Amino acid sequence: MKKKVMAIAAGVCTLGMLLSGCGGSGSTASAGNVITAFNSEPQNALIPGDTNETGGGKVGQLLFANLVRYDSKGETKMEVADSIEPNKDATQYTIKLKDGWKFTDGTPVTAESFTKSWSYTANAKNAQKCSSFFSSIKGYDKLQDADSLKGDEQLEGLKVQDDKTFTVDLNSPNSVFPIMVGYLAFAPLPESFYKDPKAFGEKPVGNGMYKLDKWDHNSQIVLTKNGDYKGEDKPKNDGVTFKIYTDTDAAYADVQAGNLDVMDTVPASATKTFESDSKVEAYNKAGSVIQTFTIPAGLKHWETSTEEGQLRRQALSMAINRENIVSKVLNGVGTPATDFIAPVIPGYSDDLKGSDNLKYNESKAKELWAKADAISKYDGKLTFSFNADGGAKPIYDAIVNSVKNTLGIDVATNPMPTFQEFRDAVSQRKIEGAFRTGWQPDYPSPENYLYQLYDSDAADGHGSNDGDYKNAEVDELLSKAASSPSADEQNKLYQQAEEILLEQLPAIPLYYSNANGVAAKGIKNFEMDWQNQPIYENLSK
Amino acid sequence: MGKYLLRRILQMIPVVLGTTLLVYALVFALPGDPVKAMFGDKPVNESVAAQIRAEYNLDKPFLVQYLLFLKNAFTLDFGNTFSGQPVIDEISRAFPVTIKLALMAFCFEAIFGCVFGVISGLKKGKWYDSVILIVSLLLISVPTFVTGFLGQYFLGVKWSILPVTAGSNPGFFDLLMPAMVLGSVSMAYIIRLARSEVSSNVSLDYVRTARAKGMSNRSVIFRHILRNSMIPVVTYLGQDLGALMGGAMITEQIFNIHGIGFLTYQSILKGEANMVVSVVTLLTLVFVVCNLLVDMLYAALDPRIRYA
Repeated sequence: MKKKVMAIAAGVCTLGMLLSGCGGSGSTASAGNVITAFNSEPQNALIPGDTNETGGGKVGQLLFANLVRYDSKGETKMEVADSIEPNKDATQYTIKLKDGWKFTDGTPVTAESFTKSWSYTANAKNAQKCSSFFSSIKGYDKLQDADSLKGDEQLEGLKVQDDKTFTVDLNSPNSVFPIMVGYLAFAPLPESFYKDPKAFGEKPVGNGMYKLDKWDHNSQIVLTKNGDYKGEDKPKNDGVTFKIYTDTDAAYADVQAGNLDVMDTVPASATKTFESDSKVEAYNKAGSVIQTFTIPAGLKHWETSTEEGQLRRQALSMAINRENIVSKVLNGVGTPATDFIAPVIPGYSDDLKGSDNLKYNESKAKELWAKADAISKYDGKLTFSFNADGGAKPIYDAIVNSVKNTLGIDVATNPMPTFQEFRDAVSQRKIEGAFRTGWQPDYPSPENYLYQLYDSDAADGHGSNDGDYKNAEVDELLSKAASSPSADEQNKLYQQAEEILLEQLPAIPLYYSNANGVAAKGIKNFEMDWQNQPIYENLSK
Repeated sequence: MGKYLLRRILQMIPVVLGTTLLVYALVFALPGDPVKAMFGDKPVNESVAAQIRAEYNLDKPFLVQYLLFLKNAFTLDFGNTFSGQPVIDEISRAFPVTIKLALMAFCFEAIFGCVFGVISGLKKGKWYDSVILIVSLLLISVPTFVTGFLGQYFLGVKWSILPVTAGSNPGFFDLLMPAMVLGSVSMAYIIRLARSEVSSNVSLDYVRTARAKGMSNRSVIFRHILRNSMIPVVTYLGQDLGALMGGAMITEQIFNIHGIGFLTYQSILKGEANMVVSVVTLLTLVFVVCNLLVDMLYAALDPRIRYA
């Protein structure tokens, strides 16, 4: 009988060896001037209009070239467009395309490549997640009743003049439209897309710097340089291979060991050490993501429209030691906020009137709180809600402590298990008290922050104004800016709106998340752009 | 024997059905709206959201959703993930990797666990018995992610002996360290189990009788002591093979292994009932089959056990 047991054991072992032997070689070292980069598995098919998260966004941006392109500093440059001309009040744009642009399947990029693509994404029947980006174009509302649509109806605001020219009619003045069109959802699509969108999503055909070689799900996405790319800045490497990771710690260890060239994030376990780590090259500068918390505009004793509420908001803001939180809790991978946009966005300023309200000032905080109490006594409890799955807990613990110590009032944290649950409660307005908010812009313009977050149009569930803040003065400044053609004029108006926000504090800015990342030793030109992304095309070995 | 097997296989049907219903209900009860979460903190286009809900049957009541899933599952269509990938494709990519990892860990813990446990049990009180005891205690008390990170940093990053991460399509060497990390805790349990069984059997009457009859030490150990000591060990190993497949999540995460554990975790976060239920059903089957095999093995080990 002993033999039998041994035989079974031996059998199990051989099976194990066989199975493990037949896998082929695992990590293949990248040959030549090909950059390997960290990524997570895209959550959607690689269709520009359906890509709304970074896993797919990083790849899409390298595969498609839009009308305009943002440089590393967030300035907008013409790409496929030769010119984008507004009419007098910025309600109509005439767009002319450059000659010679082609998709990687050889077909030319025409005016129709854009108009059909935009209509497809806007058309609710096609269930594209970025459809609301097209809501400013005329005819969008008619494409929202999915049951009565076929999917190929076009936006009536888009008119093709000739092969290389089209016009766009907007519902209202929008001076940032020429900036918006650089967002991935506005990418052109070749004719082949409409025949089989599903197959296209697996193997997209674009007109960008790179073309897709293959996508092994949950493993890697291989991009090679597109020789026909017509843009001015050509890639300095021969390709980018995105390796899919399930965890940032594992990727960081691979960068340390030289198995991975670049990653656009730093795991929490390494934020303290990555800048002094001799095995990697580190990057750490203020980025475009702003972290704030919002107190609903109508919360009793905290109203943005009353003097009492404003005083309390200012006192609360001044009671938070942002410098301390950034250095102690975030280990320096953030920058204290001084306004409502971000340092890498054109129009940023750190000395707006009222920016003192974002500076830690113990005595002033107490004074303002006492003033508010003189108007109406408040002995309630303020809770801070946030999702506990994103690492926000230590930050909110620090905020609560800072406020307790300074003002001596009753505050507490209210962690919610998942982002999903948290966002659900926020969008159903179920949260009593303050809650975590943050914003990652889609295009580099103050409008993308201010209009989306603080305009009345975006309140009551129509946008991302989760605190339902409404202020006619702010609305007016924003709409004035939207119809003003000059960028300087726009920025001035946006800053005026920000000064009102700084006084009324519908949300309280905390800090800008830094763009931080690491590259393996020996990688050249490692820099990150306004989207907190490495500039992949500049990297080389 | 045949009748017994048939009965056991028939028993599997209610077990699998019950599990799917339970798991489907649990995923359904998860707080939050998975469709809203797809939009992140960007504005939600309600008519797009409604279409996505309809596509995944999320707009229907729970029982209808579940029955639709079951109906499709019978035709081996387990639905799509939210990214449009067929669930079955994702599973067939992840499962072989997990099987590889689990079997390697299984061999590691079975071989080393038994060898050390038996040596320890036979030579109770010797210095190597104490060393084995201390090491096994250490392995039991240190969580896997600590062993994992330490192994990764020292063996991988610092000394470059073994690959740092496994990556896609991992081979034997890529999975060697993860398998050892994954199997280490169970190995420690097996050492302790085997040691106590062997050491209690050594002093029993039948062993003394065997020795008194003049049997060689070798055959006393292999034919009598070992066979009688192995029943609890085999029981444990059988349960553990299932646990290794389902519970490798932490190890898979540390070493970037794209296996079942991680797939399940991701799907739970996204609220993808189809995926979660399919994976759990598969794991249930693995558990049930492993248990059946263990029960079969009992007869081989101990002729007194009969199946009726």
